[in-house]
Amino acid sequence: MTKFWPTVAALMWKDIMLELRTKDIVISILAFALLSLVIFNFALGPSSQITSAVAPGVLWVAFTFAGVLGLTRSFVLEKDQGNLIGLMLTPTSREAIYVGKMLGSFFFMLMSEIILLPVFAVLFNISPFRLELLLIILLATIGFASIGTLFSAIAINTKSREIMLPMLFLPIVVPIIIGAVMASSTAFESGPWSDMVKPVQLIVVFDVVALIFSAFAFEHVLQE
Amino acid sequence: MMSIGAVLKNGLLVVSATMMLVILYLIFMWVPTDNIQGTVQRIMYFHVSVAWVAFLAFFIVLVGSVGYLWKGTSKWDQLAYSAAEIGVLLTTLLLITGILWAKPIWGVWWTWEPRLTTSLMLWLIYVAYLMLRAYSPPGNQGARYAAVLGIIGFIDVPIVYYSVKLWRTVHPQVIVGPAASGSLDASMRNLLLLAVATFTVLFVYLLIARFSLRKSEDEVELIRGLAEHSPNLPPSLR
Repeated sequence: MTKFWPTVAALMWKDIMLELRTKDIVISILAFALLSLVIFNFALGPSSQITSAVAPGVLWVAFTFAGVLGLTRSFVLEKDQGNLIGLMLTPTSREAIYVGKMLGSFFFMLMSEIILLPVFAVLFNISPFRLELLLIILLATIGFASIGTLFSAIAINTKSREIMLPMLFLPIVVPIIIGAVMASSTAFESGPWSDMVKPVQLIVVFDVVALIFSAFAFEHVLQE
Repeated sequence: MMSIGAVLKNGLLVVSATMMLVILYLIFMWVPTDNIQGTVQRIMYFHVSVAWVAFLAFFIVLVGSVGYLWKGTSKWDQLAYSAAEIGVLLTTLLLITGILWAKPIWGVWWTWEPRLTTSLMLWLIYVAYLMLRAYSPPGNQGARYAAVLGIIGFIDVPIVYYSVKLWRTVHPQVIVGPAASGSLDASMRNLLLLAVATFTVLFVYLLIARFSLRKSEDEVELIRGLAEHSPNLPPSLR
């Protein structure tokens, strides 16, 4: 059995190299999220009051759905080119494969979100650059990536995987969406940190539960 | 001669049918009408009973899922799958009776109150469970996937409930539910307990019936699989 963290790092590095060459995941997340921000503007009408009231919701809808797209991509290449079988045959623990894939997805989602944030700020006339907001995005993305990697590994082996992943993922991540929307609307209104503590705690609880459960359950998912 | 299992199953069917007729009579003919909500309040006996049995069903999905991942024997998986199907049916009834009750009392069909929202999320999670079963590759792999979802789905429910409660504190509250309408009259409370017992018996019957059917289905699958590899079997079995 190889060492845990070097394996994780190697897996993550493989995903990042692949992404640097294809730019597949980040581009699809960015394009989809940008389009949904634009479409939301039309759906909500030209009134700037409505736009600023719903801005946190729009931001997280865009992040969530774009995240689902990125998570689907994360196992498509592994599966379609037989790489997953190869990974499972190597003498690494399933936990290492899980953590490696999860960190990769986390990294791509976070990169896309950081690129999207200024675009969002311009389109919705909001100045979102607060340290608290970055923390919220960081924590929520950990939750998305941790449970999303587990469900992505499940959905990839089902018929109609494009619909299966959102069906599994969205009802389960409702606590993150609620917590992130609540905390970021306080952040946009320049509210105090004390108003964000409870939603942030909620996201942290979800992250811890999701990480522990997914690392345990991944072993049962990756079995032939 | 009927086996003990069949006797038990038929016995449960007779008992639940009789109890159902008795509570129907008591609910519509005997129990006093609620003096604030009027006759529509009688839906409570169905709504609360269905809610309790639905949660029981999802708890059994959890037990079956844990058992399957732990022991790996297919009877745990069959138990979880059967309970999930009945649970989705009961949650559908729960949501429908809730909507019918909410309109005359709250004035709205739906409100994003924590209990309602959590029930809807439960329904969505276990609909996804059934979809996962339908779309998974046949055999052990699909059963393992479902077991993973059966566990995280149940763990997630209290977190969802807490998050919706947190979210609702910044929104106007519309709470006139059974908990807020004051204490129940003794006759109403006793009837509610009887109704809950009736639905529990019905649930046990449905679970046993579905479980034995599921076992037969899996056996047929197994025989089909064997038949494909043995050329001497008659073609009707293939």
